[in-house]
Amino acid sequence: MEFLYKPWPWYVAGPIIGLSVPALLWVGNKRLGISSTLRQICAASYPAKLSFLNYDWKKDSWNLFFAAGILIGGFIGGYVFANPNPVAVSAETVSLFHSWGLETSKGLLPPEIFNWNTLFTWKGALMIIVGGFLVGFGTRYAGGCTSGHGILGLSALQWPSLAATVSFFLGGIIFSYWVVPHILAL
Amino acid sequence: MKNLPYLLIGIVFGIALTKGEAISWYRMHEMFHFQSFHMYGIFMTAVPVGALSILLFRKLHVRAKTGEIIEQPVKTYRHGVIIGGLIFGFGWALTGACPGPLYAQIGAGYLVTIVTFTSALFGTWVYAYLKPRLPH
Repeated sequence: MEFLYKPWPWYVAGPIIGLSVPALLWVGNKRLGISSTLRQICAASYPAKLSFLNYDWKKDSWNLFFAAGILIGGFIGGYVFANPNPVAVSAETVSLFHSWGLETSKGLLPPEIFNWNTLFTWKGALMIIVGGFLVGFGTRYAGGCTSGHGILGLSALQWPSLAATVSFFLGGIIFSYWVVPHILAL
Repeated sequence: MKNLPYLLIGIVFGIALTKGEAISWYRMHEMFHFQSFHMYGIFMTAVPVGALSILLFRKLHVRAKTGEIIEQPVKTYRHGVIIGGLIFGFGWALTGACPGPLYAQIGAGYLVTIVTFTSALFGTWVYAYLKPRLPH
């Protein structure tokens, strides 16, 4: 049963991720998109008379079930059948992480950053709290994320989604090269 | 339980994201530094599978199980796509997560990412608050 714990190669994970597009369309004419669930949760919990948050969010509640499924999927794939070995990144990446003061230990996230204690340091606050804020703010501003624009939008040959996806990568590359190393040195 | 299929599709999607290591902070930086084909391989197989199925649905006039005509997803351009896209990219590099992986990271037991998720909710709320004043 050892194979259950192994990570999947891209040519297995990618097509299965892509199949969510026809699966959602066929089941109920729904379009893949996950960042919209953040808007729904805001609308459901604290709409505060903001016009962007006052809409019939219950009509799109299927999306919250989809998101709950992703959480359960994460539990099955990353906890119950967690890979006992470190993520097999390339040798170049391992030395890059060394230069950032990180070990690639077992698990999917670096424990040096993602733990409750660093949260109260500049490093942790910037990576986790500010980082999370930018994810929520940016995806809504862009009208979608890696799933809605990057997978569904590109699949439907929508050029605004190409502009969005290129921007996502550009922003990530800029921060990965020039900002993250400095934050980790704090 | 009409929402059960969405939960099940989400579970499969979540397992594939997690087992494909698309929720890994390590993999994201490897991708941003062009040091492996892994993440690009995921995108370059996921998108054609999605594209091909949309094309087939249209050619064969497939209707949704509910009887509805499957509409072509349309995305409209505004400058926010680029400005917001860059801002999200910054956060993606910091957290190693897009919104989908945010849910999966919590599920995988990295409980501090509940804070990432809560901040993302706050970011969404602040966007809603500032929306009338932002260039779009």
